Order: sequence, then C-alpha cells, then structure tokens
Amino acid sequence: MTRTDPTPTIAPSETQQAMLELRHLNKTFSPSVVPVKDLSLSVKRGEFLTLLGPSGCGKSTVLRMIAGLEQPTKGQVLIQGEDVTHKPPGDRNISMVFQSYALYPHMTVADNIASALKLRKIPEEEVRQRLREVSHFLGLEALMERKPSKLSGGQRQRVAVARALVRRPSVFLLDEPLSNLDALLRENVRAELKQLFESQQAPVVYVTHDQTEAMTLSTKVAVLNDGNLQQLDAPHQIYAEPANQFVAGFVGSPQMNFLTLPCEAGAARLGDRSFPLPPPLSHARQVILGIRPEHVRRAQPGDTYTFEGKIFLVENLGMHYLVSVHIQATQQTTYTLRLLLPSDATWEGDSLQIALPPETIHWFDAETGSAVRQ
Amino acid sequence: MTSNSAPARPPVTHKIDVIVQRDRQIGWMLTIPALLLLIAVFAYPIGLAVWQSFITKNLGTELQPQFSGIQNYIRMAQDGRFWQSLWNSVVFTTLSIIIEFLLGLGIALVLNQAFRGRNIVRTIAILPWALPTALIALAWTWIFNDQFGVVNDLLLRLRIIDSGINWLGNPTLAMVAVIIADVWKTTPFISILLLAGLQSIPDDLYEAHRIDGANAWQSFWQITLPLLLPQVVIALVFRFAQAFGIFDLIAVMTGGGPGGATEMVSLYIYSTVMRYLDFGYGSALVVVTFLLLVLAVAIAAYLLSRVRGSAQATDAR
Repeated sequence: MTRTDPTPTIAPSETQQAMLELRHLNKTFSPSVVPVKDLSLSVKRGEFLTLLGPSGCGKSTVLRMIAGLEQPTKGQVLIQGEDVTHKPPGDRNISMVFQSYALYPHMTVADNIASALKLRKIPEEEVRQRLREVSHFLGLEALMERKPSKLSGGQRQRVAVARALVRRPSVFLLDEPLSNLDALLRENVRAELKQLFESQQAPVVYVTHDQTEAMTLSTKVAVLNDGNLQQLDAPHQIYAEPANQFVAGFVGSPQMNFLTLPCEAGAARLGDRSFPLPPPLSHARQVILGIRPEHVRRAQPGDTYTFEGKIFLVENLGMHYLVSVHIQATQQTTYTLRLLLPSDATWEGDSLQIALPPETIHWFDAETGSAVRQ
Repeated sequence: MTSNSAPARPPVTHKIDVIVQRDRQIGWMLTIPALLLLIAVFAYPIGLAVWQSFITKNLGTELQPQFSGIQNYIRMAQDGRFWQSLWNSVVFTTLSIIIEFLLGLGIALVLNQAFRGRNIVRTIAILPWALPTALIALAWTWIFNDQFGVVNDLLLRLRIIDSGINWLGNPTLAMVAVIIADVWKTTPFISILLLAGLQSIPDDLYEAHRIDGANAWQSFWQITLPLLLPQVVIALVFRFAQAFGIFDLIAVMTGGGPGGATEMVSLYIYSTVMRYLDFGYGSALVVVTFLLLVLAVAIAAYLLSRVRGSAQATDAR
C-alpha cells in the first residue's frame, strides 16, 4: 500500500509549488479524433481553475486524465510534484464529483461518504469523526441513514460533494456538478460551492460549459475549444481582454457583437465613420470589430461614433431590454447589432441613435481571429 | 356569489369519486375475461388434483373410484420410490443451479466487457438455450454413448481411461451426465439475464469506486453483486422451478434409469399416472410437489422483495 493519509502539513515553501501540473497533455483516439492537443497548465494551492468550453471541446477528457480514468496519449500529469501519469485513480489522492453524482444506490449516505475511507482502511474512530465533521459542515446529519433514492437533487449533490471533501485530497475534480439541478437551485448551490471551496486549501479543477459558473467561481479560467487552450486567465481578464474571437464570443451574455468591416489606410469603415486601427492591423483589408451589448449605448452629445439603428426586435430581460438593430452602412451592406438598454428606457418610433464608445471596442484579425490590442 | 362559494366544495369531491368509481368498474370489466381464463386453466386443474388425491382411483383395476381420505398420503410417506425421486430432484436441482449460476455469471462478466466480435459471441452464447431440449438430450445421449460417444473417445485418446465408461449405465455417472447436459443447455439463460443486469449498472459508479481506491475485486463485491442481486434472485427462481420440474431431458437421456438413479419427481408422477393409470395416488404426488414448489417460490419472492427495496435506488438515479 503506497497510499498516504491525505492530511499534508504545509511547509511555507510548498505554498507556491504547483499542486497539479499538466505537461504537454495529449489525447488521441484516432487521427481525426483528438480531444486534447498539447495542453500545459499548473494549479497552485487555493486556486480554483475552471475548464470552460462548449461540449466536445475536450474539457471532460482533461479532467478524466487528471483523475486517471483515461490514459494520456502523450504528456504527463503531476500531483504535488509527483508524476502520476501511470498511477491508478485510487493512488492519486484526488477526489471527483461526477455530473451524475455517481452515488452508490445501494448504500446509505453515510456509507457513500465513507466508502473511500473504508477502502483505505482508515481506523473506524477517525472515519466516524470525519463523517461527523463533513455531515455537519454540509448539513447532512439528518440524511445519513437514507439511501440516495430518497434524496432530492440538491441533497444528492451535497452528498457527492461531501464524499469528495471527506477524503481531504490534494486536488478536487468537479465535472459539471451543477448541471443536473434546476435553475434556481443551481444559483444557490453555486454560491455554496464558492464559499465551501474558498475554505479549502486544496485546489479545484472544475469543468463546465456554463460561463456564469466559470466567472463566479474561478480564480482562473481555461477556455478550451477543439482540444486547444484558447486562453488561461483570471475571469475578469477573460471578459475584459479576450484573447481571440472564440473566447470573446463564448464568454459574456448576451453574446458580443461581431462586425466584419472593410479597411482602408489603417482605418476600419463603418458607414461614414472610420475607426483608427491598432498598428498591427494597419495593412489588413478586413477586420472584425467586437463590442459587447452592454457597452453599446444611446448617443449623447459629444459622442464621435454614432449611428442610426433601425429596431427590429426588442426582448425584455426584466432588468434590461435587449434591443436588436440594423445599421445601414452603405447602400448594399447592413450590420446587425444588439444592445442592452435599462428597463426604464423609452424610445419613439423604430429608430435609435446609438454610440460605440471606442475604448470598449475589441479588434480581431479577420483571418486568425486573434485579438489585436491598441 | 360569496355566499355560494363555501358549500361549493363537496360536489367537487363527489365528482372525482364518480370518476374513480367508473375507472374501477371498467378495470374489473376488463380484468374478468383474463380471470376466468386463469380459473379455467389454473384453479380448476389444481382443485381437481387436490380432490382426486383423496380418492382411490386406478383405471388399471376394474374397481370403482372410492373416497379414501388421506390414504394416498400415507402410502406416499411409506413409498421409497417417491422419496428416492424427490432426493434425485433435489440433488439435480441444487447442483445444476449452482454450477449454472457460477458459469453464467462468469460468462456474463466476460460478455459485458467491450471486445471485438462481442455481438457474435453473445449470439452464439445463447444458442444452446434456444434449441429444443429433446434434440439436445438426444445429442448428449450420443455424446455419452459408451461405444461411440465423444466423451469416451476423448478420454481414451488422452489416455485418462483404458476402456469406455458406461456413463448412462452407472447410477452416479448418469446423474453427472444429465447435470452436464442441463448446465450446457441453460447456462446461457442465466448469463443473458445477468448480462442485462450488468448493463444497467452505470459506468460512473465503477469510476467513482476506482477513485475511492477500490480494485476490481472490491468493485465486484461492493458494486456489481449488490446491484445485480435482483437479477440473481430472478434467475435462481426461474431455474429452480424449471430444474425441479425437469422432464424432457431426463426422459430422453436416461428415462429415469439406471434403476431409478435419475428418476425425478416429474418422471415418477408421469409413470404413476400414465403408465400405472393410478390417478388418485398420482394426484397426491402432484399436490405435494406443487406445495413444495410454491413454498420455495414464496421464499424466493420474499427475498426478492427485500432486495428490491434496497435496489430501488437504481431506478431513481
């Protein structure tokens, strides 16, 4: 038995050491199916890393490789500096919350939570002690003798989290743990999870396709698409400075507006206005202008980049109106733009003077999609 | 309006009752034909057998049927051939079910793994069960034939024996032979039933258990077996009822011989009624066997209901 009881004492120098490190991780199922392509990243103590991406982007495969449920085709997985690439899941000192929760249906809540401890032959007195702590912590005391079938969705989710916590692992892995909850409950549990994992030392790797979860929970977000890492940054960076058009379009709701504009002499033209472009784009023939709906506003005196928008759709989101407009740029070309207006906004007729504040505009290379900053 | 709203409730509940009542009536009306059929094909013959078991009625003699109380049962208690056949049935049933279960579980576990050509292997595996028993029994009779049988030929070639064994002529070996034939025929039934159960266990339970630190052996005992229990009980109940009432296989292979060594209860009943035409005594044999079977199935059903209680969770996931 090489397993160690997961209660590491932390030396001060260790706090900066990566708890989890992925080195050039690659998973190839067949030449055409490569869910993960050369992924490298590291997670430190106390960090909350979210792998964010659309379904099929490889995020779950990454998590399963960390867990040891899949073998990487190439690359290494290191936990606390130790290469665990070829170790079985049980020897990695990780715990995982499954999307389905994967609770053992024939065992009581207490047995579900204690399963890993019992398999590791931890003394019964300590098992009981840890069960008491975790059940108190998560408010599960009254449910300990029930079978999972007698629990609500939210309760099952908490049991799954308890089963992960009781292990005191080096790394927590969570695979879309909120996706089976209804919308209202999801919001509450999300807040609970945030508090809960903030109180834990071990880092969390969290997989989701839900950008709100990624933005609210994480200290770091890795946006994945097509098996490639698109951007690895703090949530506000991901939102404020997306690395490319994919990230810009995937993060943020309602989605960012993208307008493909023709360029002339280092400036992009939209109707009768021209936007000066950042130097790297000065020779481009086309460029993509990105602006978030929340940054488009109604024109005020003094605004330079103002346009007349023809309203063709208004959606009431409660707190805002999401207004879709057409901008007639030239005789042949119209652009579609969506903007958010406060719920008390009023307008007459079907046209609106709108402004695009230049400091909120993102520029993307029309060929590569990568962002170009001023 | 306001004064009327308070007593408006009772008529509403009354209306629901009418609907419920009508549903019940329709339910009974639709059930009655099936009930009548059940009474005709189950209740009537069983009742007749019970009634005849209290009568001395032998078509082989010229005597009139006569009510004789528990005379037939007293005779049964003293009938060595009956006890011998009952013992044979118990031995045959117990051994064949245990072997079939272990083999069936093993095969199911293998077939549950992903491998190339699995579907073909699955289809082949169920073939023995799909073939008619009488034909299989004939085949096995030849396989165990002392002169021309494959078994003896193999054993001779491997120099394990010097001269052919008379499998179906030796009391112990005859029992072994019929058990082997039955195992060959019905193991697929158990493995297909258990395979269905195995496939209903979600993979992520095994993954979670691996992350918990379990090895394959621990997962088998802590996940597979408990979640497979409903299918195990169903398989065992079915096999028990079938094995205890086995007739065709034995009738063709040994005819109950040699010297009654493989005579099962069902064969003895058949002889009593159809050969010796002793309907009264035969009915008594039927009644006792029937009660034994009902008892066994009731025990199994009780076990199953307890298992179901703990396995309900599987559906709720």
